[in-house]
Amino acid sequence: MSAVVHPIEARGLVKRYDHITAVDHVDLTVEAGTVYGYLGPNGAGKTTSLRMLLGLIRPDEGSARLFGRDPIEEGAAALEGVAGFVEAPRFYPYLSARRNLELMATLDGGDAGDRIDDALATVDLTEREDDKVKGYSHGMRQRLGIAAALLRDPRLLLLDEPTTGLDPAGMRDMRQLVRRLAADGITVMLSSHLMTEVEELCDRLAIVRSGRVIYEGGLTELLRSTGQRYRLRTTDDRRAAEVLAHQGGVGEVEQGEDGLSFAADEGIVAELSIALVESGVGLTALVPAAASLEDLFFELTEDAAEPSPSGSGSVGRTRPEARSSGGAAALGEQVRS
Amino acid sequence: MSATASAPRATAAPRAHSRRPSIAGIYVWELRKLRAQKRTYLGLGSAVVIPVIFVVSLMLQSGDVNDVPFGRYVRQTGLAIPPVLLLFSSIWLLPLIVSLVAGDIVANEDGNGTLKTILTRSVDRQQIWLAKMLAAFTYAVLALVLFAGVGLLLGGLRYGFHPLTSLSGTRIGAGRALALMGASLLAYLIPLCALAAIALLLSTVTRNSAAAVVGALMASLIMQLLGVISGLGFLKPYLLSTQFDAWQGLLREPADWAPIVRSAWVSACYGIPALLIGLTNFVRRDVTGG
Repeated sequence: MSAVVHPIEARGLVKRYDHITAVDHVDLTVEAGTVYGYLGPNGAGKTTSLRMLLGLIRPDEGSARLFGRDPIEEGAAALEGVAGFVEAPRFYPYLSARRNLELMATLDGGDAGDRIDDALATVDLTEREDDKVKGYSHGMRQRLGIAAALLRDPRLLLLDEPTTGLDPAGMRDMRQLVRRLAADGITVMLSSHLMTEVEELCDRLAIVRSGRVIYEGGLTELLRSTGQRYRLRTTDDRRAAEVLAHQGGVGEVEQGEDGLSFAADEGIVAELSIALVESGVGLTALVPAAASLEDLFFELTEDAAEPSPSGSGSVGRTRPEARSSGGAAALGEQVRS
Repeated sequence: MSATASAPRATAAPRAHSRRPSIAGIYVWELRKLRAQKRTYLGLGSAVVIPVIFVVSLMLQSGDVNDVPFGRYVRQTGLAIPPVLLLFSSIWLLPLIVSLVAGDIVANEDGNGTLKTILTRSVDRQQIWLAKMLAAFTYAVLALVLFAGVGLLLGGLRYGFHPLTSLSGTRIGAGRALALMGASLLAYLIPLCALAAIALLLSTVTRNSAAAVVGALMASLIMQLLGVISGLGFLKPYLLSTQFDAWQGLLREPADWAPIVRSAWVSACYGIPALLIGLTNFVRRDVTGG
């Protein structure tokens, strides 16, 4: 374990259910002040990982520490400054929202009770605070989940699919709230299967598939990993293709109805642009063909072969500078290697 | 959601260690939760209605209740009503009422997913479980007091608070009889709490309210059955069901403490392991519900 105490530090987390390995040697490091996306398809083991982080279930192997403290070993003391929910937040349906929060505040101790009014106002539930939760919509319960988390005055928020089931306005509001909480200095770990959500909110992310982290790193670096591929439109694509074929450092040239695409380093592209002009080819567009997170996600989670057990150690260190016709495919290759 | 309202301020620096919640505070909330649930009133309502039905049936019928201790005195003094009610209710009524809450108190939270909610706050698992245990026991006490109290009140109003004839045939004044009645309830409470402990164990382990309630009731009924099989007579002193009769020793003159003492240790043999196993299971279990 490193000397720096991170909000979340998990090493080698494993959880098995009979013959199924739900979480398979997961390493995570979430640094303070980041919004960390935990992205994966349904059933990838995201919720199981979060439950282990919060001490709700025991890992079969490995350990998780929140601000340097292990919830399994230290119990509730390890959750000091930590809040959140896994799957949908659940409350006592026969109690009002306020009574539920009063109960939570009692269980939090300290001055949590003093924050109930603020928390309700933050999630816009003040007018409905005396209604029993059984009459709440899914979106209201999600918001109440955030309010319950805020009572703990958290430094770390773990949110599991916070926008699932919300209408577009609710999703927008929830994302605004997460953004605002992050701006207030709260470290957020956001589990989601929604690429746009992670792309919009997160600085760093881990992508999980079949219980394994297949990418961990910065979002920007991941997106740039395909930035070495370019799209080219010219006044004479046929001639441009000939130039590309003779230009050193250029590979994987593809010609389509919408022009050409190829892979090359940035320096080579500069030389190429000069060569094209000198060949009498006019450039109408020469732009990096960055893949969206969605493209990368599907390539990583669907196309890549099942990683070998020995590959797990390098998973978190997968480098984003991979270059090929698809950066994600290259990442997948690195995982496999 | 308000985009402009400010969130409670979070600071990056570690906070001072906040005051931890006490078991007493959690226990009070467990009682509040019970108070807000209909199931609670189903059991307590039965504890009130059954004595009412019993006294009304006594008023409407003329025959004696001769086949149980104190049965022949039920129309002579209201003080004889609670002992007769206790004798009848130990077979299934009070075990059922107590199991309704003790068998549900953990499993219900597991099923509804609220267990994960409360276990991610600043309380340790053992605090939660002990508070639930205390709440289940409190409910058992309340149900028993209501049950005997309503019978005593209605019996007294109808038949008066005349001296009670003890099981030894001596007359006991009303005041002393009331005190002995209180002591009898305490004695009755011992196996009742042991049964609540079994229900609590089943609630924790099965994670299913219905299974826990029915399981605890079945355990009680099976022990009743074992107690009436003549070939298994050697088992009878060690059955939990037998201990529900121990209180009768207090209504003899002189008081017979032997059954009370046996009830205490036999009930402890059932209850304490159940509590320890339940607590251990709760502390170590994976919380996957909800």
